Amino acid sequence: MGMGGRATIDGNEAVAWVAYRASEVIAIYPITPATSMGELADTWSSQGVPNNWGAVPQVIEMQSEGGAAGAVHGALQAGALATTFTSSQGLLLMLPNMFKIAGELTSAVIHVAARSVATHALSIFGDHSDVMAARSTGFALLCSSSVQEAQDLALVAHAATLRTRIPFLHFFDGFRTSHELNTIERLGEDDVRALLDDDLVAAHRARALTPDHPVLRGTAQNPDIFFQAREAANPFYAVIPAVVQEEMTRLAERTGRPYRLFDYVGHPEAERVLILMGSGAGAAEEAVERLCENGERVGLVKVRLFRPFDADAFIATLPAAVSHIAVLDRTKEPAAQGEPLFQDVVTALAETSSEMPRVIGGRYGLSSKEFTPAMAAAAIAELERPDPKRRFTVGITDDVTHLSLKVDTSFTTEPKDVVRAVFYGLGADGTVGANRNSIKILADSAGLFGQGYFVLDSKKAGSMTVSHLRFGPQPITSTYLVQNADFVACHQFGFLDRVDILERAAEGATLLLNAPYGPDDVWDHLPAEAQREIIAKHLRLFVVDATSIALEAGLGKRVNTVLQTCFFALADVVPLEQAIDAIKNAIRSTYSKRGEAVLERNFAAVDRALEGLAEVTVPAKASSARERRALVPAHAPAFVREVTEQMIAGAGDALPVSALPIDGTFPTDTAKYEKRSIGLEIPIWDPSICIDCAKCALVCPHAAIRMKVFPPEALAGAPEDFLSKEWKARDLPGMLMTIQVAPEDCTGCGICVEICPAHSKEEVRHKSINLEPKTDHLEVERERYEFFLEIPEIDRALVAPGTVKGSQMLQPLFEYSGACEGCGETPYLKVLTQLFGDRLLIANATGCSSIYGGNLPTTPWSQNPDGRGPAWSNSLFEDNAEFGLGMRLANDQQAAAARILVSEVAPDLAPEILEADQTTESGIAAQRVRVATLESRCRDLDTPEARRLLSLAGGLVRKTVWIVGGDGWAYDIGFGGLDHVLASGRDVNLLVLDTEVYSNTGGQASKATPRAAVAKFAAGGKRTRKKDLGMIASAYGDVYVAQIAMGADNPQTVKALAEADAYTGPSLVIAYSHCIAHGIEMKKGMEQQKLAVDTGYWPLYRYDPRHSHAGEHPFRLDSRAPKLPVSDFMSREARFAMLARARPADAAELAKLAQYDVDERWHVYEQMAEIEHEAETATEEES
Amino acid sequence: MTPDLTTTYLGLRLRSPIVASASPLTSNLESLQELERHGIGAAVLPSLFEEQIEHEQIDVHELLEHQTHSFGEATTWFPELEDYSTGPEAYLEHLRQAKAALAIPVIASLNGVSPGGWLRYARLCEDAGADALELNVYAVETDVDVSAVDVEARTIRLVREVREAVSIPLAVKVGPFYTAFAHMAAQLSDAGADGLVLFNRFLQPDIDLETLEISPWLALSTPAELRLPLRWIAILRGRVRVSLAATTGVHDWQSALKLLLAGADVVMVASAALARGPSVMADLGAGLRTWMTEREYASVEQLKGSLSQASCPDPAAFERGNYMRALVSYAPSPEAGPTSTSNRGIER
Repeated sequence: MGMGGRATIDGNEAVAWVAYRASEVIAIYPITPATSMGELADTWSSQGVPNNWGAVPQVIEMQSEGGAAGAVHGALQAGALATTFTSSQGLLLMLPNMFKIAGELTSAVIHVAARSVATHALSIFGDHSDVMAARSTGFALLCSSSVQEAQDLALVAHAATLRTRIPFLHFFDGFRTSHELNTIERLGEDDVRALLDDDLVAAHRARALTPDHPVLRGTAQNPDIFFQAREAANPFYAVIPAVVQEEMTRLAERTGRPYRLFDYVGHPEAERVLILMGSGAGAAEEAVERLCENGERVGLVKVRLFRPFDADAFIATLPAAVSHIAVLDRTKEPAAQGEPLFQDVVTALAETSSEMPRVIGGRYGLSSKEFTPAMAAAAIAELERPDPKRRFTVGITDDVTHLSLKVDTSFTTEPKDVVRAVFYGLGADGTVGANRNSIKILADSAGLFGQGYFVLDSKKAGSMTVSHLRFGPQPITSTYLVQNADFVACHQFGFLDRVDILERAAEGATLLLNAPYGPDDVWDHLPAEAQREIIAKHLRLFVVDATSIALEAGLGKRVNTVLQTCFFALADVVPLEQAIDAIKNAIRSTYSKRGEAVLERNFAAVDRALEGLAEVTVPAKASSARERRALVPAHAPAFVREVTEQMIAGAGDALPVSALPIDGTFPTDTAKYEKRSIGLEIPIWDPSICIDCAKCALVCPHAAIRMKVFPPEALAGAPEDFLSKEWKARDLPGMLMTIQVAPEDCTGCGICVEICPAHSKEEVRHKSINLEPKTDHLEVERERYEFFLEIPEIDRALVAPGTVKGSQMLQPLFEYSGACEGCGETPYLKVLTQLFGDRLLIANATGCSSIYGGNLPTTPWSQNPDGRGPAWSNSLFEDNAEFGLGMRLANDQQAAAARILVSEVAPDLAPEILEADQTTESGIAAQRVRVATLESRCRDLDTPEARRLLSLAGGLVRKTVWIVGGDGWAYDIGFGGLDHVLASGRDVNLLVLDTEVYSNTGGQASKATPRAAVAKFAAGGKRTRKKDLGMIASAYGDVYVAQIAMGADNPQTVKALAEADAYTGPSLVIAYSHCIAHGIEMKKGMEQQKLAVDTGYWPLYRYDPRHSHAGEHPFRLDSRAPKLPVSDFMSREARFAMLARARPADAAELAKLAQYDVDERWHVYEQMAEIEHEAETATEEES
Repeated sequence: MTPDLTTTYLGLRLRSPIVASASPLTSNLESLQELERHGIGAAVLPSLFEEQIEHEQIDVHELLEHQTHSFGEATTWFPELEDYSTGPEAYLEHLRQAKAALAIPVIASLNGVSPGGWLRYARLCEDAGADALELNVYAVETDVDVSAVDVEARTIRLVREVREAVSIPLAVKVGPFYTAFAHMAAQLSDAGADGLVLFNRFLQPDIDLETLEISPWLALSTPAELRLPLRWIAILRGRVRVSLAATTGVHDWQSALKLLLAGADVVMVASAALARGPSVMADLGAGLRTWMTEREYASVEQLKGSLSQASCPDPAAFERGNYMRALVSYAPSPEAGPTSTSNRGIER
């Protein structure tokens, strides 16, 4: 916790500390990139850390940001100092309460890590579109542009709100500030105490609701007084700028860090001035300084208090000589005269200056688009043109509306006394963690100022991380990625073949490669591009086999410690011995809790790192015959080759506006072009012992191991050693089958091998599929897989889809996702597409599944040979059930309209089409043929009715709507909608991928989190039971409900999904999904699922309203009575086991309650299984 | 007169030669207290396994580090708990609590893997208040390049180092699989051991015919297993200047008595107490008393070792001759299998 002094922390931590000290009630909800503020507050609260008044704030996780805002509003009304943290859609959900809080003149602060609001696409990255949507709430808007400022102005906000009674929205840029590590001067507890006036706190409390002196607030007002009452608050707004400035000054008196409402830097007689707010100010300031050094009369106004916009203070800030102004907004307000800051600037100038300068307005940095000094310079340069663009963009190439400015990329301002380093690592290798430590080491032990910014991947497995580090004697304010690095490290040799990692290397820089080669032969293994760049830039090349050293030290894949030591040896920022001591101290402070063994292994890695480090003599000429491989194949569609490939290569920034879809619509079936090849080992099939069970294909999270059943003649033209065997089941006599790995799509998770039940008789550990090194098999398996894909898909009418084997004969239309290795969710989605993929509409709640399903560059949702496949969309987090219901309504409406028209347009075809049985695959296939005939007829007729029918006829083939999301959606934020949709009686299916935490944001507790589990926001172990969503749904009587766990009973899984789809009312399927947030070895995920069921932790059941008749039992328990104590399951997951190590007494108590929960639930379920339930089956409501 | 059951083990004066050896019963404070109420002379806590601690630390570390700082929306997956223990703290806390709750001596047990680990944990046990330390020398040496000489030398060196590191009494629990066990015992004594615990029983693998998996297995001991310690205690009694503890196969007072007669200073009991409850301990003590009263023995000290190889009328009986007699006296019949109460043991 901050006690003053210097520290290296990120923006979220800096802000959270102030907010925590200044608050009594903190209501939180996870949302990127604000999540860690809530996490820190929750952690501090659970550790008993006091606030400014010596009490421990209450921190409560709510079910949504709307809930958090409501709780904050209530806490404020009852006299507490309350705060919350949020971003983007979260802030939008808070808006209604924000109007109320402001309208009631309530002192409060909301801290916002500003992030793009989802429009044509979701983006987790930073811009001001969320904050700008809050302009009309009545909150004051205060902006910070760096980590230091975010801390300081957070306190100013808390102080000013107490004085003004106006609530403050304090914001800073998501990721660039919220996640940037920076060495700052910390505020102390006394600073907080000094700025928060106890009398004002008492006044706030005195205004609270209490029965001791009751008042009425929240009245309903009528036309007679509402308007006047609204105007009554004006004086409170009028004083805000003065108060904020006074609080800034008070802070400056204590800290020596002056802030003004508008800060000016640059030439005192500047003619051209740039105006912006947020982190872009760092880059812009460097540009202005450089231009001034070059003799230009330019300046920069940094806006801090955006609302209320103090026109007088603003005008006073501008140099008198200013004639041209460019205003940069980090947001887009389509159809407006200009973006918000531009408009405020223009209004202020128009009303107060006699000679209006020329003002132009531009957009920059949307969704964390890089904003560099060169871009700022481009905006300033535009002002010099005789006819500057009135509206412009900078940082992109707009070849459609031609708004973008040309940027001189040779313009750089990197300060000379700053050391810059860039590291390319793999998510799993610990690079980022080590770099975070390195910055702190250099800041703490060498007295330097450091900065770290980490560009992380959107893929969860096998992701690349790029760390941008700067060190120098002065605070680092360069708010853009490192451009000319003195040091470049490539921690994974394979990256050299995929990305241009030397792009950022400065002339004469040092390059460190982690390679499985020595200094004498590494050169020959480099691709030619890399060789040429090394020679051209005169790089010094060093090599170390960190992978082997880490492995020998017992650190597995984590090469971070070895490479960190090499970095210190080469960077020469501090003497090596001092650096090694500092590294070891950092290891000790980071990992001491983890135990001696962890420390010793890391120390060993440090000690051995330098032995393996060697300089490579760089030849004068590039000698490699190997160029980087094309990232997508030549036969890929044009869009994939021209657009997607650029994105895969990390060159998406260069794509012009014209290259991109106008409305966010992207093609599916593209993941197959992104061959990431991240598995080191892949499963290899031994047909001689295969028992045709298809379990491997079923459980594969990435659709990278597949089964096909085909007639022998399909093997014509097969590669010589293509493997197949006789299909033994009698359903398809004379057929062959093949299990085939997709070698470059497999992540090597091993789930398939774990589940394979077939052993060799001679060597039991040899199964029918076995993990083997990919390098030994890649060429052969690649050729086999290519042929495998050519084998015709089986006729769907031939298979029994409601079975495991049947489902796995069908083509998966969800493949190669970027989910975690061994993901527990994706196998369910994949089997869904096998069962219904060609007629499937998916509404996907925001979360893991929307990210691995919809995060570009590619999508795993794919198509069958007819071009049919799942149509997928993500609306929001909270509205997914409603979104899916809307899809159902539209489809039903179109089908109804088509049915009417069929009789008119094609009376001869009508009976068959309208009476068609579409409950089977063959029935659907037959209907498709009929509808095709109908469409053909419509085209021939070409009457107005026929044309209308043509646009509707597709609706005559049955479509299935699946509403998919995680437990955060279903149990918490989307529960109201989910409940309403379940009550609608409509034919929709809801699939809850229940990981029992908010997985995508890092494992925060949801109402699906079980008792006794440790999760974020439940660090002491969750004390309440898991909500029984299935029982709630089954209470409706007409909802099909199933609880499934693929690893425990895969036939039941497939059967339940098929039944849910067949049921014509609402269906809810709750699927147990193991997750990395459980703290398990992921390849054992299915085994854990089985244990979950065997211990009664996760009973399997189906509630089928079609059996709600006298004498029948709609509720069917599919799993047996628990045969093992639930502790057998819990002890194998870190989420439970951690607590026993941290708080043994609590853990023992909670474990007892957990067993009680299991026993009690089983007892109730057993009784449920006995009940006869007469319920109406689903009848769709007439609307 | 009630016979005096007191005995001296590792220099500690015990009220009874019946000692609870390491088992789930000694890992729990309540059952420890119950064992004490049933008259045991001392309790040995379950072993602190260095390998397990290390394994667990690495496991927890890897799970907590897995996929951290690699994905933009989630840099970690678990809350950083303020304080948690993957080290020996839980064990040491149990030791401290046992010491506080019991009047009888509490013996800590330790199984190390690294020289540093043995010493570190030995000192920690001493600091936590253990009355004595039992070194559980337990390793399955599978390296074909490591000789018996190497293994023995390593064990001796270990005992010497721990002896130097701590001042509490030291027992060494070993397995029986030494070619020249008497020599080994003498070397352990020379290295500073105050007592030998005979013998360690190893976790033994089994094959599950259903799943074709190997399952680690430790069956409760059977009365027949008594023979091995009985022989070696009888042989070593008087030949080495250390306390001798018999463990394995003590299921009734007769077995306990035989071991004492052969020369054990204490008999350690686990399986019987696990199978039949802590009150077994009281039964054993009562059985001893009754027999001693009937035979007019005044004290355990008096009978200890009275049938050791050195003291018994037929010393060769503990050596090869034993085998011959067993063969000739072996008379198979449906009922006459080897039983725990039979005095004529059958070695097969």
